[in-house]
Amino acid sequence: MGLLEQYAQVVGEDVIDQLRQLGTHLQGMKVVHVNSTKEGGGVAEILHRIIPLKQELGIDAHWEVISGTDEFFKCTKLMHNALQGDRIEISGELLKEYERVNEMNAETLRQTLQDADFVIIHDPQPAALIQHIPSRKGKWIWRCHIDASHPFRPVWKYLRTYVEQYHASIWSISEFAQPLPHPLYLVAPSIDPLSEKNMELGRDEIMATYDKWGLDPERPIITQISRFDRFKDPIGVIQAYRLVKEFIPIQLVLAGGGATDDPEGEEVVRQVRQGARDDADIHVFVLPGDDHRTINALQRVSDIVMQKSTREGFGLTVTEAMWKGKPVIGGDTGGIRLQVVNHHTGFLVNTPEGAALRIRYLLKHREELQEMGRKAHRFVLENFLNTRHLREHLTLLLAVMFETRERIEVP
Amino acid sequence: MGDAFAVKDCALIAIATGELAQTLRELRDKLKTISTSCIYYHFWGGLLRPRFDDPEYQNDFAVWCSRSLHDKALAERLALIDPTHYPDLEDLRRELVETIEERLEESEVLAWMTASGRFYFVRSQIVVFDTGKRITTLEELTSRVPHMSQGTVFYHLIDARRRTPQGNNDFSEWLMGFGEEYRELSDRITCIDPYFTTLTDLRDDLSKVLLSYTRERRG
Repeated sequence: MGLLEQYAQVVGEDVIDQLRQLGTHLQGMKVVHVNSTKEGGGVAEILHRIIPLKQELGIDAHWEVISGTDEFFKCTKLMHNALQGDRIEISGELLKEYERVNEMNAETLRQTLQDADFVIIHDPQPAALIQHIPSRKGKWIWRCHIDASHPFRPVWKYLRTYVEQYHASIWSISEFAQPLPHPLYLVAPSIDPLSEKNMELGRDEIMATYDKWGLDPERPIITQISRFDRFKDPIGVIQAYRLVKEFIPIQLVLAGGGATDDPEGEEVVRQVRQGARDDADIHVFVLPGDDHRTINALQRVSDIVMQKSTREGFGLTVTEAMWKGKPVIGGDTGGIRLQVVNHHTGFLVNTPEGAALRIRYLLKHREELQEMGRKAHRFVLENFLNTRHLREHLTLLLAVMFETRERIEVP
Repeated sequence: MGDAFAVKDCALIAIATGELAQTLRELRDKLKTISTSCIYYHFWGGLLRPRFDDPEYQNDFAVWCSRSLHDKALAERLALIDPTHYPDLEDLRRELVETIEERLEESEVLAWMTASGRFYFVRSQIVVFDTGKRITTLEELTSRVPHMSQGTVFYHLIDARRRTPQGNNDFSEWLMGFGEEYRELSDRITCIDPYFTTLTDLRDDLSKVLLSYTRERRG
């Protein structure tokens, strides 16, 4: 069975039929995506499936990954944090390394990028490639997956010199979009219902998860799945857990993978372990970036999923949890606001106290917890699966081809 | 016998304009000059973009007044503005501005109050494509409608209002091509209210009208 047919079983034939129709107008077009990591993080996960789907629709889609040095990734991590609002000056030396690595990768990828009909560059890491490919046949699009609503200006000004050279940019929600002299498209990210991380799991496998990870099936489990990153506020989650633990004997799971482009993670894990001290009911799991099945199982054994971020791009872990029918208690920020609808799919909170209050409420009102889970699943089915994402990608490619016209009638 | 009905499909892609408002006055001022495609998007775009399926208010202006400005009175008044009553978007713009001005006159506080969140003006591009499918009879139309994509429903029932001379939907216009034979059915489809609903429900409404008409004809 082809990939598209497998998706039709989840989302319906009409949705897939529309994708095929859109695809016919992009047959044989060469589309190249470029990012900086093959594993770990939401971007890589999206690309892992979007690329083969585009290929099945007859589009000549490719995925290239740039290589970098430790200093380069240090620089791009600082850029990432600065775009999210941290006031960080980046030294001239690090910026030189950023430029050097981009120039080096441009040499390797020159032919591929020059010949492409569309080049889609993800996030700041490869953004400067455009500078080094002066003869470009196709349209270049910069995709920002970061919450750049309040960027640290000096860093954004630096990056903008590259980004404004693109034909268009894509942002997850309008709050994040920064003014640029080209169309600012809005495309929310998505999850893959057929991936190891989101597929249905058998009852035996779910039951085995309790044993494997030392969890008690008789007591509520609260889980936050995310990279170990300050902006995800794992310490705030531990505080909320402690406030609830005084009343209800809950267990807390903090689990996440590492990404090869995130050198800060280890320090945050150390802080989290210190914060957990010797509480046997706080489980901190640092998982390999590709251990998607464990993440899937941990989300499914949870009663409530948290995503108490203080800054968040879109929050795909929220989408994943909702797909598994779990209500989400999330930070009132970024794309979490698009997904968590108060009293319908979960709760938005601003403090550990707020999170604790909502955990206690949901554990006391089990029927409401179940109903929110059902609504959350349906909301994701209709809005945040990768078939919708793919439709918007294809639409956007056609829109960019025809530039700024408001109405495009494809012949 | 008229021409075959060409089934088309469409997809919207949203574009941030960079324009925003943080007070009601700013919203009113921006509304006076913003492109009509923004107004169209904030009324109709919700049908084709990720949105919770049971929104309290149907247009984005009302949602902002409720959630960010915390003025339920204005939110309710804005929510009641039905865009189908204003085939010309300039008329719809005037109605929006007047409703806001009326509220500003009622409440001094609202004139200077800063909302807890900004209103971001968004416009959209619509990509329309021919599915290659053709419908020649009423029976075919009736059997095909339940399988139409949301984009097809949007294009023929909602977008059509901007394209057709009478501001009507494409199905009614096509049926009129058969002369008197389907006039009544054409009128019934015109009466389907495309606002305050979802595209899936709209497709179901259209399907029901077609099925009941066919049953009545068979007697």
